[in-house]
Amino acid sequence: MNEPTKTQPRIGVYICHCGTNIAGVVDCKAVAETAAQYPNVVVSRDYKYMCSDPGQALIQQDIKEHKLDRIVVSSCSPLLHEHTFRGACEKGGLNPYCFQMVNIREHDSWVHEKGAAATDKAKDLTRAAVSRVAHHKPLETKTTPIHPDVMIVGGGIAGIQAALTLANAGQHVYLVEREPTIGGYMAKFDKTFPTLDCAACILTPKMSAVGAHPNITLWTYSEVAKVDGFVGNYKVVVKRKPRYIIEDLCVGCNECVTACVFKEGKFEDEFNMGLSKRKPVYMPFPQATPPIVLIDPETCINVKTGKCKKTCVEACGDRQAIDFTQKAEMKEVQVGTIILATGFQPFDAKRIPQYGYGIYPNVYTSLEIERLVNASGPTEGHVVLRDGKTKPKSVGIVHCVGSRDNKTHRWCSRVCCMYSMKLAHLIKHHTDAEVFNFYIDIRAPGKGYEEFYEKLQEEGVHFIRGRVAEVTDWQMSKEEEGKLVIRVEDTLAGFVRRIPVDMVVLAVGLEPHADSQDVRRQFNISCSTEGWFLERHPKLAPVNTFTDGIFIAGACQGPKDIPDTVAQAGAAAAEALSLIKAGSIELEPNTAFVVAEECSGCKTCIPMCPYTAISRDDVKKVAVINEALCKGCGTCVAACPSGAIKQNLFDDDEITSEIEAILAK
Amino acid sequence: MAIKQTIKYDSERDKSFPQEIMSRPGCEKLYGCIQCGTCSATCPVSTYMDYTPRQLMALTRAGFKKEALGSLTIWLCASCYACTVECPKEIKITDIMYALKRQAIQEGIYPKRFPIPVLAREFYNMVRSKGRVTENFLAVMMFLKSNPIAAIKTWKLGLNLMRTGRFAYKLDSMKQPAKMATLLDKADTGWKGGAR
Amino acid sequence: MKFSYFPGCSLKGSGRAYEESLLPVLSALGVELEELDDWNCCGATAYMAVSDAAGYVLAARNLALAEQKKQDLVAPCSGCYLVLNKCQHYAAEYPDVATRVQETLKRDNLTYKGTTKVRHPLDILVNDIGLDAIKKRVTNPLKGFKIAPYYGCQIIRPYATFDDQHNPVTMDKLFKALGAEVVTYPLKTRCCGGSLTGTVTEVGQNMSYILLREAMRRGANVLATTCPLCQFNLDAYQGDISSDYHESVKMPIVYFTQLMGLAFGLPAEKIGLQRCIVPMDLKPAAALAK
Repeated sequence: MNEPTKTQPRIGVYICHCGTNIAGVVDCKAVAETAAQYPNVVVSRDYKYMCSDPGQALIQQDIKEHKLDRIVVSSCSPLLHEHTFRGACEKGGLNPYCFQMVNIREHDSWVHEKGAAATDKAKDLTRAAVSRVAHHKPLETKTTPIHPDVMIVGGGIAGIQAALTLANAGQHVYLVEREPTIGGYMAKFDKTFPTLDCAACILTPKMSAVGAHPNITLWTYSEVAKVDGFVGNYKVVVKRKPRYIIEDLCVGCNECVTACVFKEGKFEDEFNMGLSKRKPVYMPFPQATPPIVLIDPETCINVKTGKCKKTCVEACGDRQAIDFTQKAEMKEVQVGTIILATGFQPFDAKRIPQYGYGIYPNVYTSLEIERLVNASGPTEGHVVLRDGKTKPKSVGIVHCVGSRDNKTHRWCSRVCCMYSMKLAHLIKHHTDAEVFNFYIDIRAPGKGYEEFYEKLQEEGVHFIRGRVAEVTDWQMSKEEEGKLVIRVEDTLAGFVRRIPVDMVVLAVGLEPHADSQDVRRQFNISCSTEGWFLERHPKLAPVNTFTDGIFIAGACQGPKDIPDTVAQAGAAAAEALSLIKAGSIELEPNTAFVVAEECSGCKTCIPMCPYTAISRDDVKKVAVINEALCKGCGTCVAACPSGAIKQNLFDDDEITSEIEAILAK
Repeated sequence: MAIKQTIKYDSERDKSFPQEIMSRPGCEKLYGCIQCGTCSATCPVSTYMDYTPRQLMALTRAGFKKEALGSLTIWLCASCYACTVECPKEIKITDIMYALKRQAIQEGIYPKRFPIPVLAREFYNMVRSKGRVTENFLAVMMFLKSNPIAAIKTWKLGLNLMRTGRFAYKLDSMKQPAKMATLLDKADTGWKGGAR
Repeated sequence: MKFSYFPGCSLKGSGRAYEESLLPVLSALGVELEELDDWNCCGATAYMAVSDAAGYVLAARNLALAEQKKQDLVAPCSGCYLVLNKCQHYAAEYPDVATRVQETLKRDNLTYKGTTKVRHPLDILVNDIGLDAIKKRVTNPLKGFKIAPYYGCQIIRPYATFDDQHNPVTMDKLFKALGAEVVTYPLKTRCCGGSLTGTVTEVGQNMSYILLREAMRRGANVLATTCPLCQFNLDAYQGDISSDYHESVKMPIVYFTQLMGLAFGLPAEKIGLQRCIVPMDLKPAAALAK
């Protein structure tokens, strides 16, 4: 191994063209020629693709031939290739940390116009790196073990799929769900596109498999309260909300529900999107998992006032499963990896008042229709208007409600075209009504999707290309009396139409949960500007996040349909497994350390550390940093009043020399 | 019924036209149009237009200048801004309509004796000379220069206005109307798409 | 409370009833309006169709006059309100527009900075004065009035300065405070036809007809407006509309300020009610009782 010498470093500089990504804007040859003049630079080259095998071989060969002990590569983001080039250094016989990478693509060629200024910037950045790398020291990589247990947050189809995959592979899984049952939105759907198989038929077996699996600990009606630690060693606190039912004792017989002092349901039934009423004690739906009831504290008379005959307790009898003294419980568990599968929330149709939701009773959201066409729904599958009896003779389905609209959400929600067509088919099948789809573009890019579109056209469902401007009840002619009128331009025919219908269905889009930012911060991951959880790479690391050991699956990453969600859940499970099977992971050696002779033992640093990695050696009266816990955030380094804490890869020498070089012209 | 061929050759396209229109304040987002037709459907006048507002956007961005500037659509626009507010791509369609109107007036491509552009010009002139507008005088000017016979039909309206004291018998004016012409001409001189 | 006041051409012409009712009503509520000295036409929609730069200068000159007084500017006419607001927005968004406006106004020894706020009387009434203060002034509650609140387009579009763009409610709240009934009127922001009523009569009148008919269908006995052009279009052509559509269309069209004046007990002729071409029944409650 070439031992780096502090007195006379021998530096190799490599300027990458990245095809024309960099070379199209920056004069790479000129940068390499200039860099050759920088102090201590022995070799300076430019090359078409430094990340390619020949590019890496170039570095390895130069290390040997020119006895290089430090390397600078000016190319793309370290996120993409720092690992690659460190590997090349190591293969060439150099410590991988005697390397510095410069981003002249994202920070230069992609954001600047072609010209001398862009080339100058590349030179400046490279000069700073050359100056910095001279101070780099060889470091040893550390490894940390991976705890084999996995936490999955969210019990929709994504969480269910990931949980089963991992549990079947023998891993222990904690599945945490906010609602009283798992199943998510898929449990509310009637049929699934494009095959029209019954959602419940394919989902509920998976739900009960989760409920019964020996490797799965299922915590519903629960939320993650706190997350600490790092890859391989997360400590998670889960808050279990009181459901006033002892889970192990409840058998789901529903006798308490029948016996409740409320003879009829009185409160909005969340599962049926408010289209039916439930009691304060209720089973979310017949196949709920776990199959046990819960008591809603907001509406239960006993919880609220303590004055109730408690007929439910009486009905439960010897089982004694009802416990009004139940309190929230905190569970703390240790896991190595976490999969976030928190899903989406449907767009609130009231945000577009022109469409009349909440104003005209017979304007529905698509989720309400899912329940309405469902045989176990509030009308037992009879599609009727809000009066509970009238069958609609004509129905308009409005696409892109809260999608492709700069004022609400810019994105395409990906599933609405397909589910709208599915609902059109079901409504037509149930009522024989005339059904109109109002769309901007039909997006049917999945397997069997275009064929489904074709089928709908053959069924005589109308497709009108035009975004609906308004759903209204003011009338222009007799035929519109008592109807809802849809105003739209039939853009293919080239004129404006007014179409009177009995029922309007708003195909609401998908949006991130209202609290997605809180969840993001809790798990220390990133969000896109829209609020979707951000994947590490849009193509090549779609289920990884920028935080090691935390993965994402399903619609929390962006709108997607069931097939894509299930595929992603499988991928997330595989990524978690891959870490678990490796048993350990290498960590960046960017930890902080205390120079004992300079430490005054003032304890300033101890409360600053977010990872509780610092303690005080009371014998030597100095601070001590536990390297296994240190995440290299640098807070203590900045806080130390005597400058006794230093950090690998971010040494004062390294940073100041970099700054000085960039400022010097 | 006469048979008419409608095919457009690429040479009929004015390739610089869309860029020209987009360079006017408020018109930048023309290329973002997804042809959804919200503008046409929300427009209270579109049912009378020869091209719907959506079609006009398509014509303009494709460079069919003659069709766009010669359309009735731009003149029928009552500038109620419904399209601008509703457009999901935040295209300020009303502003594009205005830009097309200005261009049409300058290039003289508009239906002759059609009262709407005549009214716009007469309005412009009256403000340029008096600094203010007196409505019934303006109406008379418009009718004289477009359709004098139509003016006769409005006698009843005139009487009603006189009866209710809403008729002006003399032209209103600023104290020093002369400065308006200088100001307005200066504003316009050398302005992109300006009248002079 | 004191504001600069920009009447615009219409309030001095066919829409003078608006000014006649606005001034006493505001004064009764302690608001003083000081008319801009030697104001000019705002440019309206017509100027934008001929020269946008000249249009911005017309609007900016009035704004500059208000800036001199360091007062916010009240513009009751919807057209003026929009044009003045639009000028503020475009001067702020487009440096070219701002420079052109400033350089041109130098000739008139005026400066434009964009510091004056353009206000609509409805905004001032409901948000600055408040409904409680207005209620206290009511001596003649508007019993029996079933009002279709018609906002028209330009006070809420394209800029939502003080109310919701799709369902404005300021006037609704105001009329309820005056003791009137407000009918549900889904066309409250649909265009009345604007200048089309005078140019392409059949188009403009059709647009007015739709508004009038729906107001009648909803059981309104008066339609309230905020704009002199809307008032004119809807009021002046009802005879023509009735004969063109073979249907008796009759709906009094008044300014919201006239209804306020009436509720405040001001005499009808002091608030311009005699200027309505279609007269309004001042005691609809009595008519209902019969």
